[in-house]
Amino acid sequence: MIHSLFLINCSGDIFLEKHWKSVVSQSVCDYFFEAQEKAVDVENVPPVISTPHHYLISIYRDKIFFVSVIQTEVPPLFVIEFLHRVADTFQDYFGECSETAIKDNVVIVYELLEEMLDNGFPLATESNILKELIKPPTILRSVVNSITGSSNVGDTLPTGQLSNIPWRRAGVKYTNNEAYFDVIEEIDAIIDKSGSTVFAEIQGVIDSCIKLSGIPAFHLPLCHYLQNPRLLDDVSFHPCIRFKRWESERVLSFIPPDGNFRLISYRVSSQNLVAIPVYVKHMISFKENSSSGRFDVTVGPKQNMGKTVEGVVMTVHMPKAVLNMNLTATQGSYTFDPVTKVLTWDIGKITPQKLPNLKGIVNLQSGAPKPEENPSLNIQFKIQQLAISGLKVNRLDMYGEKYKPFKGVKYITKAGKFQVRT
Amino acid sequence: MTDSKYFTTTKKGEIFELKAELNSDKKEKKKEAVKKVIASMTVGKDVSALFPDVVNCMQTDNLELKKLVYLYLMNYAKSQPDMAIMAVNTFVKDCEDPNPLIRALAVRTMGCIRVDKITEYLCEPLRKCLKDEDPYVRKTAAVCVAKLHDINAQLVEDQGFLDTLKDLISDSNPMVVANAVAALSEIAESHPSSNLLDLNPQSINKLLTALNECTEWGQIFILDCLANYMPKDDREAQSICERVTPRLSHANSAVVLSAVKVLMKFMEMLSKDLDYYGTLLKKLAPPLVTLLSAEPELQYVALRNINLIVQKRPEILKHEMKVFFVKYNDPIYVKLEKLDIMIRLASQANIAQVLAELKEYATEVDVDFVRKAVRAIGRCAIKVEQSAERCVSTLLDLIQTKVNYVVQEAIVVIKDIFRKYPNKYESVIATLCENLDSLDEPEARAAMIWIVGEYAERIDNADELLESFLEGFHDESTQVQLQLLTAIVKLFLKKPTETQGLVQQGDSDNPDLRDRGYIYWRLLSTDPVAAKELICYIGTLASVYHKPPSAFVEGSRGVVHKSLPPRTGSWVSLAGPVGSAGAPQHLVAFPCHLLGALRNLDLGPPVSGPPIATSSVQMGAVDLLGGGLDSLV
Repeated sequence: MIHSLFLINCSGDIFLEKHWKSVVSQSVCDYFFEAQEKAVDVENVPPVISTPHHYLISIYRDKIFFVSVIQTEVPPLFVIEFLHRVADTFQDYFGECSETAIKDNVVIVYELLEEMLDNGFPLATESNILKELIKPPTILRSVVNSITGSSNVGDTLPTGQLSNIPWRRAGVKYTNNEAYFDVIEEIDAIIDKSGSTVFAEIQGVIDSCIKLSGIPAFHLPLCHYLQNPRLLDDVSFHPCIRFKRWESERVLSFIPPDGNFRLISYRVSSQNLVAIPVYVKHMISFKENSSSGRFDVTVGPKQNMGKTVEGVVMTVHMPKAVLNMNLTATQGSYTFDPVTKVLTWDIGKITPQKLPNLKGIVNLQSGAPKPEENPSLNIQFKIQQLAISGLKVNRLDMYGEKYKPFKGVKYITKAGKFQVRT
Repeated sequence: MTDSKYFTTTKKGEIFELKAELNSDKKEKKKEAVKKVIASMTVGKDVSALFPDVVNCMQTDNLELKKLVYLYLMNYAKSQPDMAIMAVNTFVKDCEDPNPLIRALAVRTMGCIRVDKITEYLCEPLRKCLKDEDPYVRKTAAVCVAKLHDINAQLVEDQGFLDTLKDLISDSNPMVVANAVAALSEIAESHPSSNLLDLNPQSINKLLTALNECTEWGQIFILDCLANYMPKDDREAQSICERVTPRLSHANSAVVLSAVKVLMKFMEMLSKDLDYYGTLLKKLAPPLVTLLSAEPELQYVALRNINLIVQKRPEILKHEMKVFFVKYNDPIYVKLEKLDIMIRLASQANIAQVLAELKEYATEVDVDFVRKAVRAIGRCAIKVEQSAERCVSTLLDLIQTKVNYVVQEAIVVIKDIFRKYPNKYESVIATLCENLDSLDEPEARAAMIWIVGEYAERIDNADELLESFLEGFHDESTQVQLQLLTAIVKLFLKKPTETQGLVQQGDSDNPDLRDRGYIYWRLLSTDPVAAKELICYIGTLASVYHKPPSAFVEGSRGVVHKSLPPRTGSWVSLAGPVGSAGAPQHLVAFPCHLLGALRNLDLGPPVSGPPIATSSVQMGAVDLLGGGLDSLV
């Protein structure tokens, strides 16, 4: 199982280490540094590295490498999932998962790590349970603690630990009872030169924020405007969902955890259901034997069901030979970083009447051969109040408690990995 | 008010300062001091000198302080075993505490202190905790058995803890079951022959029940344990599969993959005619595809596993080609895995799509990836015969781009395609020849030379082309030199009259190359007709004897020869006959530098120089001939 954990920042400093069995020397990280050097780009460091006596399994998140040391056969996905859970927990506790936040809260971090793993076996990883064991830091609490001498550590066994609803804290009380559900869909797509779709799918999630007293139960039927029963290609559930009810009735029935959590994640890949909300007209060319080229790109809305496409940003990795770009944007602003060769065009909202366009001259290194590669256009956008797959939560029924909570459902569609080839 | 204050040091010396604070009367000050010690520990600083002072803080009502001291103890007890004994009393006392949290904490920490003297005292509290009324304590104690086993396996067996652990598999609480399974699995790993995890249908049933109710991590332990079970018949296999299938919808990808493992394994036992078999097959694809939308590290592991699954059961993902298409901002390790799976899934039905993608990748920025993409096109051609023509034309398109490394890579794979489908696509040779000058990598040059030699009769100026390579012979790498040599011999066999001159050129300091050249030369100069016949026996005995097998092998044994692997072993056993056949034994040992000069040598004993007839040289030569065979078959 997981033997040790090292946290390493981008400049290669080990700023935290935790061992769950015997102590493993920091020098084991040298193998990691070696791999990191070879990979050049931080994103390209391979997640599983074998060394003579250990395996190093790592993730890269928020500019931090979480490097775990393994000595025996263990499913690597298990380790990677756990490491992500650690990062999630830091995010949850400190508002951000950064080197500064971890150093500022190093004792809590250490206590958390000890609570999350015992002898390399996961112990408590549910945020609800951890928060009962170790209270998250707040300014108020540290002031109170320093006066009263009380501590951040809970001294009773969390009730959820062993109940059959381990994800929910007991004795939850709120004065305002609220339940929010966000349906968030991201479109991953590859669009080819001619504008046709090579690949497209929707990654959807329903994230929830539940602040309800007692032990409420929910009943949430999912619908689709086409009445398509096979809408979702694959669904992953939070453990709170009763699988049998979903299988038989396509209803999400559950007792929710307290606070923020991901209720389900799903995937839609049937091509006819994945609408592509924007199109791009592009003309990027480099002249033979001359040190310049042309760049002309226009973005327009496509199928957006009457909603506005906003927050549009286009990033382009230009070829290495590009020295500079002289462009004019009819809307928004652009920057070109001559070092990383990344062009970023912040467009904002698209109005169909006047399509945003970015056009001008590309300056190339003189004497260099004409660049061969065609840069891909990476596009981000948002559409409020729309789930592009057509998924709908029509009813939100709550049982088990007498009060009437405030309930809300929000929809948003975003670009995931959305790229246009040129 | 952040913890970074714990890192600040004073001039007086940190350790001295901390010592004073740890011995302070004020509780709050003590706690702050322990926190400072822990902070130093987290960055790998040695604070073991404070051991007695920290242990003194252990006896306290404040749970946070207690936990902090425990953290310290786990790290340093090993370096101060005698002092660690001081802590035993508190541990034993805490194991009797009315609060289950404290009991569990004590047994858990004690197991982490890897000091023999302490483990002796651990046995009694552990035995109690394994039977504790509170499941939280039991599940912690289960893990503690694994810890203790790691420190002192004999002690665990003598104390009968393994049996208690096995009993916990039938515990009423699913979390306890999961932890017992985890602990047993870990112990079993260090004792591969033990029968710790020999499960029977009753315990399997217990596990399957616990599977539905325990935590995600527990589910992984149980599923991995189930995967090692051998159902007694297909009915049991199916019933286990039915109960495992819902795990495919879990949000934790490790649970999903462990479930896939169980299903893949038990599917082996199911009859393919069964309706259930088909249903199960259909259920496997969606969760596997979903894994590919997770974080890149998860994707990587998923892809590595999918690669295996695709090799075993390609039908599961045969319709999912598109999800393996590479996105330009995928990390390189994901890109390469996807590429490999794309080739594995390539079939006549989807080849057009795949080739269009691969062609697209060949224009990307990352040179390494581009090269792999071009190679992938070649692999597709070899895998899907019907697509070969399309692949060749895609490669030709890529050659037209004139991008140097793309062209070179394309020529290398076209050579492979020629080898697989001889005499089919020679029409493209002219285009290849146009790019001769741009080839600067040995592999590409060697590939081109191979093509010229192999198809010499169809290339009008084959001799000129090879001659142009020959001019820079000395500067070429060995790989190219060897290939050039072979090609020239082939050319000679095909057009003996025009190419006599070529064959006589060339010399080298590389003994391997020289020897091979010499063997060829002897072949050619004695009897071109025999050589022509023999060339297909390169690397076999026949090539050493200079005689076709029929001439020296009697009866039935003659058939064996073409399939004899050219290994060193066979050489050794044949040393006798070789010697009796005369010269060949010495042939390879010639210290001559000029191939040209050899033409005047006759068969027979070495003329000049000491013969370097060591066996290693001979074997080297045989290996080399093996290489020669490779280039011809």
